[in-house]
Amino acid sequence: MSLYAIIGSGAAGLAAANAIRARDPAGQILILTADPHVHYSRPGLAYVLSGELPEKQVYQFPREFFARQRFEFVQSGVQAIQTDAHTLRLEDGRALRYDRLLIATGATAAMPEPPGMQLEGVVKLDSMADCQHILNLARRTRRAVVVGGGITALELVEGLAARGVEVHYFLRGDRYWSAVLDEVESRIVERRLAHDGVEIHYHTNLVEVLGQKGRVTAVQAEENGRPLTLPCQMAAFAIGIQPRMELAVQAGLKVQRGIIVDDHLRTSAPDVFAAGDVAQVFDAQSGQYLLDSLWTPAIQQGRAAGANMAGGDVIYEKKFPFNVTRLAGLVTTIIGRVGKGETAGGRPKGDADVAGIMRGDSELWRLSPEAVAAQTYAGDNRLRLYLKDNVMVGAVVMGDQTLSRPIQVLIQEQVDLGELRAALLSDNADLARLLGDFWEGYQVKHAAKIA
Amino acid sequence: MNFRSIFSKTAQKHERLASQAVVPDPQRCVQCGICSYNCPLGIDVRLHALQGLAVVESKCLTCGECVKRCPRGVLRFDAAPLEQITLKAAK
Ligand SMILES: Cc1cc2nc3c(=O)[nH]c(=O)nc-3n(C[C@H](O)[C@H](O)[C@H](O)COP(=O)(O)OP(=O)(O)OC[C@H]3O[C@@H](n4cnc5c(N)ncnc54)[C@H](O)[C@@H]3O)c2cc1C
Repeated sequence: MSLYAIIGSGAAGLAAANAIRARDPAGQILILTADPHVHYSRPGLAYVLSGELPEKQVYQFPREFFARQRFEFVQSGVQAIQTDAHTLRLEDGRALRYDRLLIATGATAAMPEPPGMQLEGVVKLDSMADCQHILNLARRTRRAVVVGGGITALELVEGLAARGVEVHYFLRGDRYWSAVLDEVESRIVERRLAHDGVEIHYHTNLVEVLGQKGRVTAVQAEENGRPLTLPCQMAAFAIGIQPRMELAVQAGLKVQRGIIVDDHLRTSAPDVFAAGDVAQVFDAQSGQYLLDSLWTPAIQQGRAAGANMAGGDVIYEKKFPFNVTRLAGLVTTIIGRVGKGETAGGRPKGDADVAGIMRGDSELWRLSPEAVAAQTYAGDNRLRLYLKDNVMVGAVVMGDQTLSRPIQVLIQEQVDLGELRAALLSDNADLARLLGDFWEGYQVKHAAKIA
Repeated sequence: MNFRSIFSKTAQKHERLASQAVVPDPQRCVQCGICSYNCPLGIDVRLHALQGLAVVESKCLTCGECVKRCPRGVLRFDAAPLEQITLKAAK
């Protein structure tokens, strides 16, 4: 009987466990986790914070399901891996043997290091425990400062605002999420935030978190080079994430920004696999190893890794990572290659507010396509399309989501848009209408396939 | 806009072909559970999304609460895949 050990009970870990069980009804499956809340929808935490969901709703699987799958949970952090001996050392002192191991330890919020970070009221949003902590503090928080970029920073901004907290949002540069959004899109988001009462501070760097009796009382910053002291009771950070790869580093596995894995999710050590936010996965299209912090890719990687751990031969293909999220109340789809293609230190470049990658982000989005067409229509609706030769390789759909799914299909199926290319790239093209009409025809032709 | 009217024509066509059901796109789903939470009949829509199954339960009112509330456009009204309808009939 095979003994499978999985470190981490998040999206990738659980998907792997399910895939192993599907192939190996008899094997023993151990899931080791440092999270007392075990498994829940991590993206769902944003909606718990905003009050749209009660906490109990984000737990996806009932306990009986785990029992039926015969998953054995071990509530302890893992301290070390000995790949030669095929053993793990746990934080509670125990040692465990494995035949096949999956590292699915995810990522953790990167934190800046100004003075005062130990004060109560300094928060991040990684886990259920973090979310509960923020909600507890929010009750006695009149004003909060949010520092950072990307989706999680906005989730903090909007969640706190929904709880009646006055929110000040610090941006180091001159606009929001410049690594993925273009200037028009950044401004749409910023305008809507301001309309909701959020005060945005541009060109602002946090210098120190100030406190009394162990609690946050203010932040000290520099705004446009001038000192700013802002009294507040909370300082929330979302400046990027850090894959949790200490175990892999210590075990001598090949790592870069994450744990390097091949298209079967195998690490450089025999019988050790990695998946999810911690894995830096080979992307055949660009020939690079890239990080994602996305729920669905974490599940897909976990599934492939689990199948391969149980003797399968499943190849994981990155294809076109995408995310649908809300930015200042506007539903926004981001898919494929939509970036400027800039690199820094040999990796896709982030922006002023974020070190590296963040939640709900993919390095692949920053890779550069070839031609771009963009249109803003009927208020805050926006379409930005990226073409390479005759196919679409990336898109941003903000606001009206009528074309979100059609565009997803056109990109993922790499549908030939040759007949449309010139029209799409012409000045003042009505992209929504061109694509809508094309989609109509495509659907008729492929009715059976799409249904 | 022109394509909107065409979209709704397609929708009508589907309506004639088969009764509409809530159909998920699992790739978009982050399993937050807003859909299940807002279903007036307590259908676990999230589980359907996880498994990629249309909601063909006869108790579904097709009220559209889940479709409307999903923050990620996972759910839409569409014809349920034929094999699922046949399965249901066989039950
Ligand atoms: C607030 C927020 C918003 C997000 N929004 C989106 C979004 O809009 N769209 C999207 O696609 N994705 C989003 N994400 C990202 C998504 O949740 C992650 O990509 C996904 O959870 C990654 O899954 P994972 O299994 O790799 O890691 P995780 O889900 O982070 O799980 C890692 C697990 O490993 C455990 N662990 C770590 N180290 C150890 C150790 N040494 N020993 C034992 N256990 C350990 C942890 O306790 C945890 O259980 C969001 C995440 C957050 C936090």
